[in-house]
Amino acid sequence: MIKKILINDASEAFCKKVNELSGETVSRCDQCGTCTGSCPMIIEMDITPSQMMRLVLLGDESVMETKTIWICASCYSCTARCPRGLDASKVAEALRQIKLRQAIDYMHMEDMDPEELKKFPQMVLVAAYRKLTG
Amino acid sequence: MKRIPYYPGCSLQTKAKHFETSAMAVAEALDYELVTLPRWNCCGAVHSLTTDDLMHHVAPVTTLLRSKEFSAENHLDDSRLVVLCAMCLNVLKRTNKRVQELLEDRTKINDFMYLENSKYDGSTIVIHFLELLREIGWETLSQKVKHPLSNLAVSPYYGCLLLRPKEVGIDNPEAPTIQEDLLKSLDAKVIENPLKNRCCGSYHTLVDKDVVAELGYDILINAQKAGAEIITTSCPLCAFNLDQRQENILKKHPDFTKIPVVYFTELMMIAFDLPLEKAGLDMHYVDPRPLLLKKEMLHE
Repeated sequence: MIKKILINDASEAFCKKVNELSGETVSRCDQCGTCTGSCPMIIEMDITPSQMMRLVLLGDESVMETKTIWICASCYSCTARCPRGLDASKVAEALRQIKLRQAIDYMHMEDMDPEELKKFPQMVLVAAYRKLTG
Repeated sequence: MKRIPYYPGCSLQTKAKHFETSAMAVAEALDYELVTLPRWNCCGAVHSLTTDDLMHHVAPVTTLLRSKEFSAENHLDDSRLVVLCAMCLNVLKRTNKRVQELLEDRTKINDFMYLENSKYDGSTIVIHFLELLREIGWETLSQKVKHPLSNLAVSPYYGCLLLRPKEVGIDNPEAPTIQEDLLKSLDAKVIENPLKNRCCGSYHTLVDKDVVAELGYDILINAQKAGAEIITTSCPLCAFNLDQRQENILKKHPDFTKIPVVYFTELMMIAFDLPLEKAGLDMHYVDPRPLLLKKEMLHE
């Protein structure tokens, strides 16, 4: 499928915002796919981590509507292997934060089974709240 | 007995209590007392990755400062801070690194903490209990072994946060050996699992247990194919995902055979022949005791 991409002020501003929040420079990504090949969660993702990097570089805000940014669990497998020294998990975090700071949560406590909740070590709740709610 | 400060974190005195009690017993056998910080708070479990979010670093920095003050006031033999949980290790070390390297951030974080008695300078050294054991020496450990685990095929599992990112990891992020070295010193038969440093799914276990069950299945089945009878871990979250989620794995893969997942400290207690009340062998979803009885490592 051919997709027409328009680079304009808004898309440049979006890319700049993600770069600033993540501390990464996505234009340094070579699109080699090492992150994608290293990602243990890839099977659950709708776009690959390298596609996520590319969409950010193009300033395409549709990246924020992907499942990928939420499925990334910050395991840093991609970080350890990126030949360009980039940290895609920080980019995913920046994208999540843009959503969460608009009070758009990915997880809702009322959906949880109270009996199930009793089983978890406390760190699960703390980590999930930190990562998936604003 | 050498005294060293210890930070428990949110899970080590509750759901993962047996990890703490077993580690303390093992430390004692090696002439170390893990002294729990009298005042500590949750580290936040995950390191805040965005550049502008300093507020979430306040919790770990508070703990680092309290540890520094506590060890100085009480003249502890070792002023470093020991942790058992991989997530605490990651958060405390990464935050410490940020405070050491970015002076402007350090000042701002200290400003947030204006109610504290002193300013934090980044000087607390955080180590994982496995690093302390490595320092004590595998040779010393093997001398303590009264009940060699030579009959037991053990596959260590590392997960992510003990190893990555590499600037805070305790071993080679791609090919770690610290748990293998430890298990060898207990005379265990060490089984290599190619997925030993693959993510267990972490906190997704709360929102998507099927995903985590599938990741766990891959990790466990690889260990089993290589001949493992039991898995060791060092993180309460990995332990939960690999142990408790076997219930979900079985629903998806009825041919799967359960395998016990324990903390490395529990096996150390058995090897050192320490009283097992504190080992918490009864606190697992997959009970390790039938296997250990079969291997004559436990008495009826």
